[in-house]
Amino acid sequence: MGIKVSDAAATRAKTFLQNRGSGLGIRLGVKTTGCSGLAYVLEFVDDLNEDDEVFEDNGVKIIIDGKSLVYLDGTELDFAKEGLNEGFQFNNPNANGECGCGESFNV
Amino acid sequence: MALLQISEPGLSAAPHERKLAIGIDLGTTHSLVASVRSGVAETLVDENGQHLLPSVVHYTTQGHRVGYEAYQDASKDAANTIVSVKRFLGRSVADIRHNWPSLPYEFVNEDAKSVSFNTAQGIKNPVQVSADILTELRGRAEASLGDEVTNAVITVPAYFDDAQRQGTKDAAALAGLNVMRLLNEPTAAALAYGLDSGQEGVIAVYDLGGGTFDISILRLNKGVFEVLSTGGDSALGGDDFDHALANAIADNVGFDATQRKQYYRHLVSAAKTVKEQLSDSPTARLDLAFGNMGEIEIAREQLNLLIEPFIKQTLRACRRALKDAEIGKDDVVEVVLVGGSTRVPFVRDQVESFFGRAPLSSIDPDKVVAVGAAIQADVLVGNKPDNEMLLLDVLPLSLGIETMGGLAEKIVARNTTIPVAKAQEFTTFKDGQTAMMIHVVQGERELVEDCRSLARFELTGIPPMAAGAAHIRVTFQVDADGLLSVSAMEKSSGVQADIQVKPSYGLEENEIADMLKASMSHAKGDMQARMLKEQQVEAARVLEALQSALAVDKALLDDRELAVLENTMADLDAAAKADSTDDIKAAIDAVDKASQVFAERRMDKSINLALAGQSVEQL
Repeated sequence: MGIKVSDAAATRAKTFLQNRGSGLGIRLGVKTTGCSGLAYVLEFVDDLNEDDEVFEDNGVKIIIDGKSLVYLDGTELDFAKEGLNEGFQFNNPNANGECGCGESFNV
Repeated sequence: MALLQISEPGLSAAPHERKLAIGIDLGTTHSLVASVRSGVAETLVDENGQHLLPSVVHYTTQGHRVGYEAYQDASKDAANTIVSVKRFLGRSVADIRHNWPSLPYEFVNEDAKSVSFNTAQGIKNPVQVSADILTELRGRAEASLGDEVTNAVITVPAYFDDAQRQGTKDAAALAGLNVMRLLNEPTAAALAYGLDSGQEGVIAVYDLGGGTFDISILRLNKGVFEVLSTGGDSALGGDDFDHALANAIADNVGFDATQRKQYYRHLVSAAKTVKEQLSDSPTARLDLAFGNMGEIEIAREQLNLLIEPFIKQTLRACRRALKDAEIGKDDVVEVVLVGGSTRVPFVRDQVESFFGRAPLSSIDPDKVVAVGAAIQADVLVGNKPDNEMLLLDVLPLSLGIETMGGLAEKIVARNTTIPVAKAQEFTTFKDGQTAMMIHVVQGERELVEDCRSLARFELTGIPPMAAGAAHIRVTFQVDADGLLSVSAMEKSSGVQADIQVKPSYGLEENEIADMLKASMSHAKGDMQARMLKEQQVEAARVLEALQSALAVDKALLDDRELAVLENTMADLDAAAKADSTDDIKAAIDAVDKASQVFAERRMDKSINLALAGQSVEQL
């Protein structure tokens, strides 16, 4: 399993990291908030924690903590445009319900 | 599903609590909106991929349109199409009529201190028109960011006064935006280049737009940008280049006066295209299909010659601004280019040779102000871990109140960093005085008549007390956006009065400069005038005190003593009406001397009264 990064997401992630000028990679994670139980985390990474696992796909380093990995294994990080809006999205095979807005999910 | 952006470590927002904020460059000809997404500040586009929104609103009976569509309507329905509304914010009708005599608009009340246009959508004032532009930008931001947006940083010219800044805030409120801060345009440009974390020192921001030129000299000191001076020309810009080139083309192909007039609009738009081409290549070809004149070729050097006088004019303004700031060219550590016209290579070259250093120009000069505003908005909304950038600005002119004799007492000095709160105590002038007029003034001169009046309000309900016994605390507070509130409180009773200052209409940048210059050239005269006024006030105070004492205790003096005292008082009265500080001083001394006996007897009398009926043991 592991984590996949789509071409579009990889291009953007590299650009953003380069623009920021520092950072080891991108952290994907989940935290227990939101109307449907769990919410995604998407952050730059400056320091690795002990239980972090590092993946690499499409030239982008993805960092996930052990607890989050349970919920995210097999996820593809994608970048999409919806009209004028654009941003990253998680194609997560583990999620089986989302709240109406899609900002949180449950498994 | 929602589209996510990458946050700084540990700053991921909970669902539905994303901290969105936008930066808006509300410009005279164009406006832009920008935001920071995944750590990158960028301007947001509309459905057609356009970054710029023309600052034009067209009102029809059905509704209103903003931007390019409205811009196209301008020539067809000029009276209902408000163009460059920023010029009218915080101005009176008289001001506008004076500056732009041939506007196509119907003003509602010609005598009013603020402007309203009569449009097909009813009466609209500049604040409402600006709000329509801001609403359009807000809508664009919400479509781009996929969520509701309320927090914004909006940029304003460094020379905007309180009325113009308040107008901008009011417009934002109407558009449903919470203004986290109004940011000076040159400061925003400096921020876009990250100069706030760079070398401390003087930064020059050279802003040449389509119709306006602004030069701002900033000083970066411990993360604070201070505006040292501003200058410019509100009627100089890239449009002048186009007109000069259009006329040159007409000369070149031998148009007569009629043809020139007939094809002038074509000539100007052709000239604009040629100018833009010449920014990228040394020559440009122009097909004069409209006049059947065939093709002509224009070299960059030709354009350079034509625009040189305009650029020289901007450099003269730069020299003046440096002089006003009392710094030399060598002190400037960075030069920032803003405005579309700085794309012209000759402009860059000339600016570079003037300041002796290559100007910063890597960020699109049309977008740089909006980008800086977005960066500031991102910090203010809390998306940065180290919230160190606490941008401060400074007051362009001192603020104070009028005291007896028409003197201006400065409470907050010019160039004080804002936000600031300062208080000073004042007292009553007459016995039993129960009210005090607070007159808020702005300016550097010593006499109120030479300063600008901002507001007046009255503190009433002061308990009757002897002159000088009341303690009235006047507090000036200027918030981060440069808006002033003044309050006055009498300490023993706690009675209070306050005012929010929204001056009736604004000062122009050159008026601020004139006010500053006047304060320097009149410094000596002002000091003398101040000393004279102070002596006159002192004379009036002495006379007032003596008269009220005489009214009670005249009997303590014999006729001869009374006559002498009254004579010296009459002399003082006369001296106070003349204009010799020394004479008044001498006359006050004379009265002091003449009243000494009287004062001693009054003292004896009151001690006697106090002691009467009391035994020695009790004392």
